[in-house]
Amino acid sequence: MADEKQSKPENTEARGLFKKVKEGVKPFQDKLNQDLEALKKPEKTQLWKSILRVKHDETPRSRSLGVLTNVFLHLHPARINRDAVRYNYTWGMGGITFYLFVVLTLTGVLLMFYYHPSKIVAFRDILYLEHDVPFGKLLRNMHRWGAHLMIITVWLHMMRVFLTGSYKKPREFNWSVGVILLVLTMLLSFTGYLLPDDQLGFWAVTVGTNMARASPMLGHEGPFGPQMGMTAYNDVRFALLGGSIVDSNALLRAYIWHCIGIPIITATFMIVHFWRVRKDGGISGPAPMMLEKEMKF
Amino acid sequence: MDWHQLWVIISTPDNVPIVGLVFLVPFYIWYGLRQGFANDRLIAQLEADPEMAKTHHRKTQPYKSGWAKELHVWPFLLRMEFLAALVVTVILMVWSITLNAPLEEPANPSLTMNPAKAPWYFLGLQEMLVYFDPWMAGVILPTLIVVGLMAIPYLDTNPLGCGYYTFKQRKYAILTFLFGFVGLWVAMVIIGTFIRGPGWMWFWPGQTWDHNRLIFETNRDLHELVGITGAWGQGIFGALTVGLYFAVAGWVVHKLFTLTEFNRKIYARMTLLQYLTLQMLLTTMMLLPAKILLRLVFRIKYVWVTPWFNI
Ligand code: HEM
Repeated sequence: MADEKQSKPENTEARGLFKKVKEGVKPFQDKLNQDLEALKKPEKTQLWKSILRVKHDETPRSRSLGVLTNVFLHLHPARINRDAVRYNYTWGMGGITFYLFVVLTLTGVLLMFYYHPSKIVAFRDILYLEHDVPFGKLLRNMHRWGAHLMIITVWLHMMRVFLTGSYKKPREFNWSVGVILLVLTMLLSFTGYLLPDDQLGFWAVTVGTNMARASPMLGHEGPFGPQMGMTAYNDVRFALLGGSIVDSNALLRAYIWHCIGIPIITATFMIVHFWRVRKDGGISGPAPMMLEKEMKF
Repeated sequence: MDWHQLWVIISTPDNVPIVGLVFLVPFYIWYGLRQGFANDRLIAQLEADPEMAKTHHRKTQPYKSGWAKELHVWPFLLRMEFLAALVVTVILMVWSITLNAPLEEPANPSLTMNPAKAPWYFLGLQEMLVYFDPWMAGVILPTLIVVGLMAIPYLDTNPLGCGYYTFKQRKYAILTFLFGFVGLWVAMVIIGTFIRGPGWMWFWPGQTWDHNRLIFETNRDLHELVGITGAWGQGIFGALTVGLYFAVAGWVVHKLFTLTEFNRKIYARMTLLQYLTLQMLLTTMMLLPAKILLRLVFRIKYVWVTPWFNI
């Protein structure tokens, strides 16, 4: 009790101070409350608006803008043939192929952190990756199987496009772009095969590039090759391998083609491919069927 | 029956994709053609009934008059894409967790792998090496495959069947494509993977891969059968034979191509250049089965021998 009485004058003083502080803080508190209140509607914040550009609400217009104003989604039109959305027409094969390409790019970049394209360490890098790098084995497996899967899906995509006659007018050119993508996909996989520098890759690439020395005119064992002055040291095979055998230069060349050259070329052709899908009027179907008697001659 | 050998081949990690291919390709052919046949039935109905053709919306997909023809990409397409990405990711993850990528011994040029196989997607070319010299199997034919594929849209003058599955309206195109893709490419990949063993010899599934096996095949050249000696004689004889092949094959292709009334209409739409290019590509494609036949039935290696190249 005594203590209480004694502290009373101090108390009032403290209370006055407290009041002052409280008044001083009040504007900040109000602002804080305002901020907190604003957080309940994040879509009203400057940050949000600046990123998303358009406001979203449940209207058709807004849904369309959501697609059209997004750099990644604007590959798509805002609306699409209702029957094309189902799986049974496109089988999603082109999209899946592209998705696998993205997965391969991501896993590929991670693999590059652990790999030196040099005869002395390449094989050891793979062992290190498999046994010491966390999730290294999974990473390598995903890259390997993803590549195989991409080849299968690209073949199936081509078959789908053929069976639906989607290469016909006006999509002729895009089919040809597709054929180039098909070749590039297989070349990507092929150049990657050598990189582990094991027996499998070495002999596969030896078998593969041996065909190059039989090129007519350009290979030293091909028809008219010797007549053109081709030897094992200046023909196309030499240019591919950077030597007359599959060795360290071949490894380096395969690496550069695999990680830089072909991916850039492939990505470029994919941009053209997707652009043309849109410009040719979107997915070809399912279109209304045409009857024979309506054919014009 | 060597089940162990069979299992070794099928379960080799790099062969697993081809095991998948064996199921996926037939499945999708069936899946596509089934829709094609359904569409063909509707086409037959519409052709029989002009009134129906005027009003029907001409798809086998369900349709009601009130329905919008188009849907919003967001969410109707994007959710499908998201789902597809999810499914593919799961498949890839499970595959990668359960099966390890192969890693053999370090590369060793002095220790030849037997059989030394190209990656499976190029086995079609390697298999062609049995029947053609490398300059044909490895350079000319692949180039023609790529050029031929790129030329397809410019050679197919049939305007029907654009944007829907059908078989009836595009019989010739579809059968040719499937013959080339399945019969000559996928089949070669499968043979190269599962059948070819050491020394690139033919081993039936379940036959043990015997590394010491020898096959005594005496393959002869065609001119030896006829008894022509001398380089000039052989060269000219070969050129005539190949010329004869193209003439006969071209005639057969022409007969087949103009077999039906409908196809004759398609033929009439083609320019000479289009038709000759098509002829050249198809007859060259048929070189492969022709050469396979000659080799397997008549044990003939080359039909045309010159100092520079052999076919
Ligand atoms: C890296 C390889 C490829 C990628 C990523 C790719 C991607 C795509 C995508 C996403 C589409 C949209 C429709 C769909 O998903 O089916 C498409 C359509 C198309 N693709 Fe590809 N494609 C590739 C290779 C090919 C090949 C090899 C061909 C043919 C030889 C081809 C020919 C076409 C054509 C003609 C279309 C338009 C189809 C239509 O309108 O129905 N593409 N592609």
